[in-house]
Amino acid sequence: MTVNTEMHVRVAKITQVAERVKRFRFERLDGKPLPVFSGGAHVVVAMRDGDLLRRNPYSLMSSPQDQSAYEISVLRVEQSRGGSAFLHEKLTQGDTVIISQPINLFPHDVRGRKHIFMAGGIGITPFMAMMDQMAREGGNFELHYALRDRQHGAYWQDLTERYGAHRVKIYVDAEKLFIPVEALLSNQPLGTHLYVCGPAGMIDGVMNKATHLGWPKQNLHSERFLAPPPGKSFTAKLKRSNKTITVGTHQSILEAVEAAGIDAPYLCRGGACGQCETTVLACDGTLEHNDIYLEPDDKTSGTKIMICVSRLKGDEITLDL
Amino acid sequence: MNIKFKQETFRGDFTYRNSPENIMRFPFPFHEDKYMYAVNMEPHVPAGPKGYAFEHMIDVDEHYVSEMQDRALVLKEDPLRCQALPHMMAGQWDTLELLMEQQAANYPEHFSLTKNADQWHWVNRPLGIDQKFTYGDASTLPYEPMEYITRQAQGDFCIVDQRDGNLWMDAGMVTTQADWSLDFDIGMNFLEWHGPVPLAHQMGVFDRALKFLLNLQQGKPVRRLNWTMTINPRLDTSPENYHKWGTDRLTVTPENVGDKVHLRCELQSLWRLPRSNAILFVIRCYLLKMDELVTVPKWARRFHRVLRDLPNELADYKGLTRFRPTTVEWLSKHDDGLPTSPGIFPE
Amino acid sequence: MLVQGIKSRPVYTGLTIDPNARRHLFALEGKGVDALHDQVKIHGPDFLKVSDILSVGPLATVQADIMWSAPTIPVLLNRLRINLINAKMGTRLYLAGTEGFIGQAMKVALDQDIDFNSILTEHRGSRARRVQCVHCKGITDDVKTSPCVCTHCGLNLLVRDHYSRRLAAFQGVCIDAEEPGTAPPPVEMFP
Repeated sequence: MTVNTEMHVRVAKITQVAERVKRFRFERLDGKPLPVFSGGAHVVVAMRDGDLLRRNPYSLMSSPQDQSAYEISVLRVEQSRGGSAFLHEKLTQGDTVIISQPINLFPHDVRGRKHIFMAGGIGITPFMAMMDQMAREGGNFELHYALRDRQHGAYWQDLTERYGAHRVKIYVDAEKLFIPVEALLSNQPLGTHLYVCGPAGMIDGVMNKATHLGWPKQNLHSERFLAPPPGKSFTAKLKRSNKTITVGTHQSILEAVEAAGIDAPYLCRGGACGQCETTVLACDGTLEHNDIYLEPDDKTSGTKIMICVSRLKGDEITLDL
Repeated sequence: MNIKFKQETFRGDFTYRNSPENIMRFPFPFHEDKYMYAVNMEPHVPAGPKGYAFEHMIDVDEHYVSEMQDRALVLKEDPLRCQALPHMMAGQWDTLELLMEQQAANYPEHFSLTKNADQWHWVNRPLGIDQKFTYGDASTLPYEPMEYITRQAQGDFCIVDQRDGNLWMDAGMVTTQADWSLDFDIGMNFLEWHGPVPLAHQMGVFDRALKFLLNLQQGKPVRRLNWTMTINPRLDTSPENYHKWGTDRLTVTPENVGDKVHLRCELQSLWRLPRSNAILFVIRCYLLKMDELVTVPKWARRFHRVLRDLPNELADYKGLTRFRPTTVEWLSKHDDGLPTSPGIFPE
Repeated sequence: MLVQGIKSRPVYTGLTIDPNARRHLFALEGKGVDALHDQVKIHGPDFLKVSDILSVGPLATVQADIMWSAPTIPVLLNRLRINLINAKMGTRLYLAGTEGFIGQAMKVALDQDIDFNSILTEHRGSRARRVQCVHCKGITDDVKTSPCVCTHCGLNLLVRDHYSRRLAAFQGVCIDAEEPGTAPPPVEMFP
C-alpha cells in the first residue's frame, strides 16, 4: 500500500535574486504547517506543463524550522530539458504545484568538529538551509562560495552580512579569484568534513584533490544536481505491467514509465540514491549508465539500471516493471 | 477514549495481568503456522479491528502508569540504561516532539500539548506532570529531552544516526529489552548491533533491511513485529540483570505454564526524524501469558505449532530451550488440529 | 543469548600504507613493530620521511622522521592523544599489536574524531582479550579463557565474540545465570 504524503502548495511569491536566478516561495493550500526538515534536504516538485507532468528535485534553501513556507532557488539553464524554462517563464504567482515530503540525501555529519562548505553557482542552495540550522544549533562551519560573476551570483551579500566575512568567503571567476582548494584542505584539524555542491566538474576536481591530500572518503560529501541526459529514443517493454512504451529523446525512462500511468519507486531522481534500481530482463543495444550509484560490476552485468537517469543506446529494452 | 490504568508490578510479586479487552488487542506476531526471519516491514498505518494495538501509531494502554513506574525503578538501579552520545541532541528534540505530539493527538483526555513558538506546555495527567519549557533549550527541562519524554512513553527507544551509508545506534532508553545491552551496543552500526542474531545474516535479511531503512522517508513510518518469551511478566530482562532473572527459566512446571510462561511481542516502528535526519526506532513491548493467549483459539493453535517447529538455533538464541518442551506439551492440549486463517488478527 | 559463533567482532585489515596520506602516524605494541617492518619491505622506506612512530616494547629497526618509545601502554596512549590533537586532515593512523592494545588505541583515536574506517589495523601477538562484564561493567584484561572470572564481581563469564569499539572490549555474560554453580571449566580460547 502506498501512503500518499504529497502536499499541495501555492506559489506565493517569485523573486528575481540574480541574473537567471529566481526564488520561488511555496505555501500550503490547506493552511497546515509544512513539515520541519534538516538542512540539505530537497523536495520533488510536480508541475503540470500542458500535457506533461514534470517532476524535478530542488534543494530547500529556506530555514528548516520555518513551517510557514518552503523556498527554492532555480537557475535558468541554457540546455534545459524544460524544467527551469517552465519555472522561469511559465509558472506564475498563484499557481499550484505538488511537492513531496522533504528528503535529505546531503545531510551533514553530526559528529564533525568542523564543516567546510564549498558551493559553485546555484549549488549554494542546500548550504543556505544547512548554515541556518547549524548557526542555531552551534556548529562550526565555513563557506567557500564560487561565482561566475557578481551579477549571476545569488545571495553572496546576504550570506556575508548574516554569517560574517570570517565564515563566508566569496570567490569570483570573472575577477580571477578562485577557491585555494589545496591550501585550504592541507590545513584542517582532524574531524573536518568537506561538502561540495555545484557543477559536476567542480565536484570531481575538488574530490579528486581531497583524496590526493589524504582525506578519507567518509569525510567527503557531495550533491550533484544531475539531470537525466538526453539521447536517441527507444522502446521499453514493461514485463509486469504488460505495456510497451516509447522513451523520448528528452525524457528519462522513469518519466516515460510515469507518463504511462505506472507508479515506479524513486527518491532523488538524480541517479544517486538507489531507489529506482530496476532489473533489465533483456536488451537490444548497450546500456548507458549515467548514475553514480551502481557498482562497476553491476553496471557491466547488464542486469541493473537506474531508470531516473540512465538510457539505452539501441532499440528495445525489457524491464521488470 | 478514557483508559483505566492499572496498578501492577513487573517484578517481585508480579501482579501484572491483561484485562480481557487488552488480550484481544495484543499484537500477535505470527501470520502463519510457522516462523522464520524476514524483513517483514510494512507501512505503519492504522489496521485491524477498532481498538487494536495498531490503531494509534504510538500506543498507550492500561499498563502505562505501572510501566513508567517500573522504568523509573530500573533507572534508579542502573542509569546506563539511558544514554545519548554528545552529537545526538537534535535527534533527542525530534524524539520529544514526535512522542508528545502523538500522545496528545491520540489520547487528548490524558495528554495535552500547547505550542507558542518555542514556548511549549505539556500536561501528562496519568503521571501528574505539568511542564512548561523552551523547545531547544535543555536547561528548561528536568532531564535531557530524550530521557524526559521516554520516562513518559511505553516501550524502548533508540535514536539511530544515518551516515556513511549505515545506521548507528547513538542514543537510547532501554529498560524493557529482550536481552541486549544499550551500554554495550551504543555506538555500533546496524550490522554490528545485530551481530549476535543467528542465521539471519546468511539469509541477507539485515543487508536488505538496512537498504530499506536508509531510504525511510519523512511522513512514512514503518513497522514490524518481533517476538520472544519470558518467564513471569518481567519487563527488565536485560543482560545486566541476567544473573538475577536467569533462574526464572528453571521454574516452569507442567502445572504453572499457563500462569508463568509469557509470549513477549515487540511492536517495532521506525520513523524518519525531521531535524536530525536520524531514525527513531521504537520497541514497544507487550506481554501475554499462556492462560490469556489460549482464550483466543486461533492463537492457541498457531502458537503451539510455531513453537513446536521452531528451528533450534532460533530457540537457543531467544533463550527458550529450557522451557520449550514443557510449554509445547501444555499448548498441545489447546490445539485441536483445525486449520487457522492467515493473518494475525483473532477470528 | 549464549550462542557461540556470532559475527560481530573486529576485522583487522592489515597495515597497508596509504599512498595519498600526507602524514603517517604509527602506534605499535610488542610484535606490532614487525607489521611496520613488513610494510617497509613492500613499499620501501620513503613514507618514513613523513611518519611518526610511537612504540611500546621492542624498537622499530627503521629510521623515521619522528620515533618515540614509551615504557608502558598508558604512556603511549597519552602521547598518541597529543599527536592526534595536533594532527591535520590527511593523516593516516596505523595500529598494530595485541587486540587489547589496538582497541585502546582506537578508542583514543575515535575520541579525537578520526573516523574508524581510516584507521588501519594489524593484529600481531597474543589473542588475549579485554572483557567487559555486562553485569558490573568492570573490565578484565588479558583474558585467555572462556569462561573467565570477572576480576571485579567474581561472576563466571562466557566470553562472547560481540565487540564494542567504544569500550574496546568483548562482552562477558554470566554463563551459569540459569543454574548457578554449573559453569564449565575454563578452556584456553585466546592464547
